[in-house]
Amino acid sequence: MSILVDANTKLCVSGITGREGTFHSLRNRDYGTNVVGGVTPGKGGQDVDGIPVFDTFHAAVVQTGANTAMIFVPPRFAADSILEAEDAGIELIIAITEGIPAHDELIVYNTIRKNGRSRLIGPNCPGILSPGKANVGIIPAAFFSEGNVGVVSRSGTLTYQIGNVVAQRGFGNSTIVGIGGDPVPGTDFIDALTLFEEDPETELIVMCGEIGGDAEERAAEFIEANVTKPVVAYIAGFTAPPGKTMGHAGAIVSGSQGTAKAKAEALEAKGVRVGRTPTEVAELAVSLLGAAA
Amino acid sequence: MDLLEYQGKQLFARHGVPVPEGRHATSVEEAVAAADEVGYPCVIKAQVQIGGRGKAGGIKLARNRDEAREHAEAILGMDIRGLTVHELWVERASEIDSEYYASVVFDRSAKAPLLMLSTKGGMDIEEVAAEDPGAIARLHVDPLIGFQEFHGRRLAFEARVDADVVRPVAAMLAKLYEVFVSEEATLVEVNPLIVTPSAGGDGAAREVRALDAKVTLDDNALFRHPDNSELRDLSKEDPQERMAKERGLTFVKLDGDIGILGNGAGLVMSTLDVVAEAGGRPANFLDAGGGSKAEAITNAVQVILSNPDVKAVLFNIFGGITRGDEVARGLIEAFHQINPQVPFVVRLDGTNDEEGRRLLAEAKLPNVYTESTMDGAAQKVVELAREAEAAAA
Repeated sequence: MSILVDANTKLCVSGITGREGTFHSLRNRDYGTNVVGGVTPGKGGQDVDGIPVFDTFHAAVVQTGANTAMIFVPPRFAADSILEAEDAGIELIIAITEGIPAHDELIVYNTIRKNGRSRLIGPNCPGILSPGKANVGIIPAAFFSEGNVGVVSRSGTLTYQIGNVVAQRGFGNSTIVGIGGDPVPGTDFIDALTLFEEDPETELIVMCGEIGGDAEERAAEFIEANVTKPVVAYIAGFTAPPGKTMGHAGAIVSGSQGTAKAKAEALEAKGVRVGRTPTEVAELAVSLLGAAA
Repeated sequence: MDLLEYQGKQLFARHGVPVPEGRHATSVEEAVAAADEVGYPCVIKAQVQIGGRGKAGGIKLARNRDEAREHAEAILGMDIRGLTVHELWVERASEIDSEYYASVVFDRSAKAPLLMLSTKGGMDIEEVAAEDPGAIARLHVDPLIGFQEFHGRRLAFEARVDADVVRPVAAMLAKLYEVFVSEEATLVEVNPLIVTPSAGGDGAAREVRALDAKVTLDDNALFRHPDNSELRDLSKEDPQERMAKERGLTFVKLDGDIGILGNGAGLVMSTLDVVAEAGGRPANFLDAGGGSKAEAITNAVQVILSNPDVKAVLFNIFGGITRGDEVARGLIEAFHQINPQVPFVVRLDGTNDEEGRRLLAEAKLPNVYTESTMDGAAQKVVELAREAEAAAA
């Protein structure tokens, strides 16, 4: 088992004819992901290395039965593309695009929520990898193998860093979910923790948070009440000054809100082990898994 | 992007939010001319983005031209908590009956705009929230429906504003929401929102005005607002941050002496933390981004070294899309172009890491150390920075 993406995934990529879109679609297909189509308005009927291109998501769904969308179009077109995929009835929409306007994200989030038929991952995320099954996004699959550690993270490279140390000790992953670094993520820690809790393959969960917002604090409350599996956490940004956006649009300490210290303390108060460095997080995970085995 | 008060008020005026008449000035002569135009008494206000301007002497009342000149001379060039005043806003003085507070906030947690209104204006709203939370009326707006008149009415009644100004306060909330949505702001705040005394008695209605304006715009939406993207704050422009921006790099200046480069915002934040944990002080945050090519790395090295405080530099790369050999090539090219005088510690892991390390070893760059782990690299760079400090002392 795994969560969100697996052998049943039928992926349709918005922006498949762009440079990045083509590169990563083919990379995902090479990994074994079932890439059934792509969408680029005006290029319907063409193909990208054998993957059929459609003018609309609606046509792609009718022709291919796509159930998962990956959004690779530039920020000014991204919200529209996500809403199109939602309107076409696609269940899982993974938005890689970075730099989508915050007000667009509000409309997208609330529309998806109201209609209740799709789940959005991202935007501004590296995607989802279920090792050995499917890779949707830009996560470098070579560093990860099948196993029982679930990872949910607001950051891409930081996930690779932690995942790599865990992998070097011989442990693999059920699924790695990048929820993205924007202020309005479609899926948050609580959603991902819920899925991992239900997934029989996942034995331990690593969550990587960072400064900004209160998602980690809310996750701490949720873990105490609802998660029986061990959770190990990392929070980036202890040294970030207030009022400065640290790369990710959502990574900002506003006044006294959203500090790394407050997040780490909230998690520790609920019994979650928090590593001070990525290496320490990996060590904690490995020691807990060793004890379980 | 945080706007200065006058920039916020100009946006307000464009959307029909009542503001006192005012003029912008960057010299004493301009300020005096502005004061003559708006009339006396007027207020000369320092334009810097920091609280406590009034206490610091950055806001003064001028009753005549001599006073306007005197205050403008005193305030221009003044240092307010580290920011130098380069700009003034000269506005007609307002008579004040009451001071309220109003804001529209992008509530990340609720994923909806949050309206707030309080009759306890003129003071720090975080203090009001801590001491008397009941004094602030709050209401979320469903972004799919937008602001409705009842929102304004309900807030005005729940905040218990004076009965005669319920309508104008509710109308101002509607306008502030319009600013929030149409300018794509993440914060629109008015503190104080003032109620003026009745002009001349005889039942003349009291009016409301925005006496201050705090507006934060969403950087990601500026492409839809070309006029707003031209707005500048001269007191805040850091030459190094500007240089980084022109080169398309994500950069934040910090006050330490260890230059940092990494790929991916989370990893760079984490690198700063690990360096601090090892006893060092980072000089900057620099995310070279995913898929960095050699040229981006060369650019980044130039930006980092343009800060004379930097005594050592740490490269922390975990390659996903970014390839270790490209990073190595960029660093080698940077050394050829600018011949840095400070030591570099390089930690390369991930895609093409071996190739990258081999290139670096073959190039035999002076003063470049490679480390295999993030923690080891952090310790090494802190050590090197300390040695450099000791040598300089």
